Parts: sequence; C-alpha cells; structure tokens
Amino acid sequence: MTRSINSLPKGVGVGYKPQHFSDILNDPAPVTWLEIHAENYMGAGGRPLAQLRALSDKFPISVHGVGLSIGSEGRLDPDHLARLKHLNTWLEPASFSEHLAWSTHDMGFYNDLLPLPYTETTLKTVGDHIDEVQDNLGRQMLLENPSSYLAFAESSMDEIAFLREVTKRTGCGLLLDVNNVFVSATNLQMDARAYIDAFPLDKVGEIHLGGHDEDEDDHGAPLLIDSHGREVADPVWALFAHTIKKGGVKPTLIEWDTDVPDWSVLVDEAKRAVAHLSPVPA
Amino acid sequence: MMPNVSQSAFIQAAMNPDLETPHGIVGPDGLPAPKRFSVYRNNIIVSLKEAMNDGFPAVASLVGEAFFTAMSDIYIRQNPPKSPILALYGASFPEFIAEFEPAASLPYLKDVAGLEYALRHAYHCADATPVDPQAFANANIFSATLSFAPSVSALRSDYPVTQIRTAALGGPQPTGGAEDILITRPDLDPIATAFPSGTATIIDALHAKLPFGEAIEAGPEGLDLPAFIGTLISGGAITKLEYDNV
Repeated sequence: MTRSINSLPKGVGVGYKPQHFSDILNDPAPVTWLEIHAENYMGAGGRPLAQLRALSDKFPISVHGVGLSIGSEGRLDPDHLARLKHLNTWLEPASFSEHLAWSTHDMGFYNDLLPLPYTETTLKTVGDHIDEVQDNLGRQMLLENPSSYLAFAESSMDEIAFLREVTKRTGCGLLLDVNNVFVSATNLQMDARAYIDAFPLDKVGEIHLGGHDEDEDDHGAPLLIDSHGREVADPVWALFAHTIKKGGVKPTLIEWDTDVPDWSVLVDEAKRAVAHLSPVPA
Repeated sequence: MMPNVSQSAFIQAAMNPDLETPHGIVGPDGLPAPKRFSVYRNNIIVSLKEAMNDGFPAVASLVGEAFFTAMSDIYIRQNPPKSPILALYGASFPEFIAEFEPAASLPYLKDVAGLEYALRHAYHCADATPVDPQAFANANIFSATLSFAPSVSALRSDYPVTQIRTAALGGPQPTGGAEDILITRPDLDPIATAFPSGTATIIDALHAKLPFGEAIEAGPEGLDLPAFIGTLISGGAITKLEYDNV
C-alpha cells in the first residue's frame, strides 16, 4: 500500500528559509537536500510556491509537518489532511515527516509541539492517526521523537517502547532528532546514550540536529529548551557521532528556525555534519 | 490511579496564566513542575506574537513595541489561530483593533492593519495569467466585462492609509485624506495603489459583472482614468475580457 521509507540522499540537508533562496541556488556547498515546513506552503500560490518549485527542480525536498497534531485526543483535521495531500501530490517530496505531539484542540491551533502521556490509550490514538495519514498520502511517513520538558504521572511506558510499538502497528518510519534526545535526557535526568542504544535505529529514515537554549527548572536543575536558534551544541555532536557509529549514516538535517543566520553560518554547520558522516580514516 | 491530564485542561491552563498547572504534570522527581509547564505557556504565546509582528509590522511600528505586544497578547488569547497556516493568521485583527479602546486615539490603526492583511493575503493568492495589455486597445473595451486575478482587492479608508503605512515603515510623513486602495500583484509582490474615495465602487461593480464603461461611471469624479487602467494593466489584474453583451 505504502511506498518505500523515503528517497532522501544520505547526505546533509538544511531547513529552508526564504532569505537563503538565492544563496542556495548559487552555492549550495555541501548541502544536498532541503527540508520545508509543510504549513508554510499551503497558500494558493505566489512567491512561496514559485520558489519551492524552483528549489525542487534542483534538490530532493523533505516535507516536515508541524501542524497535523497526530497526538490529538480528537480526530485529525480533515481539511488539514487534504491540504497535506495536495502539497504531497503537487511536490512529490522525497520524504514526509511529522511529530509525536499535538497542537490543535477544539478548533484552535496553538503553534507548539505539545506533549502527550505514553499509555495504551494514546498509543491506540496515535497509531490510528498515523494509519489515516499514510492511507491518505499513499506513502510511509516518519514520526519524530519530541523534546520533553516534563512528564505525565499517568504514563505507563517509556518513549522508546511507545515509538517501537507505533512503528510495529503502523509500519511508519522514525525521524530521530538527536538534539531532542539530548534535551529530553537532560530535562528528565535520563542517559542520552542509553536512549540512542535502545532506539530502533533500523527504522530511522532521517536525523535532525539543532541548537537549544539553557534554563533552570523549579528546583534549579538544568532545563534545556529546544529553540533551534543557534549552533548545534558540542555534546549533541558527540551524541550524533555515537548514533552514526551505531546505526550507520542517515540523511541528516541542520535545523535553524529562529534568529536565522547568514547562509555561510548554516553551511559551516552542514560541513561539520558532513565531516561526521565521512570520518577521516584513522 | 494517576490523574489523567486532558488536552482540554492542558490548553486551558497553558493559555491562562492565572490557572494552576494541571495535576499530574511532573518533573523527573515525580513532583509538580509549574516552571516546566510554563515552557509551553511561553512557547505558544511567543511564537504567535512573532507571527503577529511579522504580519503587522506597520501597526507594530505605529503603536510601539510594548503596546503592540500587550495588544497582541489579548488578541491571541481571545482569537487563537483556527488553522495551522499562520501566514493567514490575523484576519480578524482589524476588527479587534476597532473595538480595542486603548487604541481609540489612533482611528486609522484598524485600516493600516486591514491594508497589511490585504497585502499579505494577496501574496499567498493563486497565480493567474493576465490578459495581454494589447487587449485593452479594443475599440469596444468599455462594453467588456472583466475577470480579476485572485490577488486583486479594493479597500476604503477615511485616512491616507497607504502613506501612513509607508511612513510607519520609514517613509515620508503622510499628507492628504481619505482614499480607496487597489491591491494588485504584478508577478509575485503585491502593491497598494491609492485612488480617490469611491474608486473601490468600480471594483465592486466589475466584480458584479457590469460592463467596464458602466462600472467606471459609478466611480468618483476626478479619477485619473488612465492611471487607474494603467494600474490594472501593469498589476496583471485582469485575467479575462468578455464581449458577450455587445
């Protein structure tokens, strides 16, 4: 029923920002693919779609949804699903991914990736929603692990058990955000390497790397915020290296969504990722 | 039995700082975690305020950052987006401003917001192929009915709102008074062109499929007709001319 996991190259991509349009076409440097946020390309026409079409002629595109609200208690928004299907048909992207999170409730859209508890009930809901998405789009999707700031007392399984079961039930793939792993592990006082070691890396079709901010929780413990507004932190690079060593090279994305820098800064981050993908032999 | 946190309870508390953190939201120690919960309170409002700042830069400039932030905060909590397409968020902001008493001393602010929204809306409208400009040389042009590109719209204001917007974004100080505004999108960048009050009536009449000549007669005296037609042509505003009624 569904097509193969994705056709992204096993190189480095960046999150596309319109201010970099000319730079990317003129000098993509090591960047071999681009990722867009689906919701920014759901207008009827104009410059956003014209630029996206021009880029898609040169680069494989990954469509990354941020508003489908797969973790909603209620049903998926049929209008939004129809818009995604339209974009998917028009663009024929190399990959489609979304988040293990919710953002819509009672007709309101809250523009954040909100957390859900991991229970048999939420497992069934998320699985049903992913089935619906994959049936609708006629392709396999990747589900991204969240950044966690808190936990739910009601959770009855850990995140990896939840994700494993979702992939088993739906046949979806996973998007492993290594920065999210580091942020969640720090915030919830877990071992990030142990998380990677337990993660079903064979299901991973894409890796995300991004920057985070540092804050403190109610008791003065470190609280990291997944802000995507700076360079990837050194311990996240180390965790990325560990991930590659364990699971092999995957299509890897540099995300930078706030305080977007000049193209050259993103290129430097991309080069650093490339160096990890093709290490100099000892 | 552990307390279940419904998404309804989560979002109510996230959008209302006076409410307590829902029972059952904890840190790694299993204890209540209000500061952790506040990350979401902050993320939601800050990201939507950014969307408002991006969408209404002239309004923000006219009222100043502190006022705009406070006004946006109230607007967002009363009118959260109804769709994940944030590029089109804020359609009801002009009406909100009209009713927002602290902004009453700036009676033109509603129209500046309306103009900014109309330009943003036009930016995302469907593409359309305009008629060849030569088609306007037809001797019977005034008997034709016209079809507009989706990006075309007309606004009315009691104030020189295009100039107020330009001034707010760093241009010269506004002069003049009431105006109607024609929004067109030559290629990909929308523009707002000011005409005398009453010009929008022509656009309405053309939408209602009155022949071009009759529609123009419904417009104001003193309209610079060549300039008006020139804006329609250069703006790629007309996608079809039909002569069924000749």
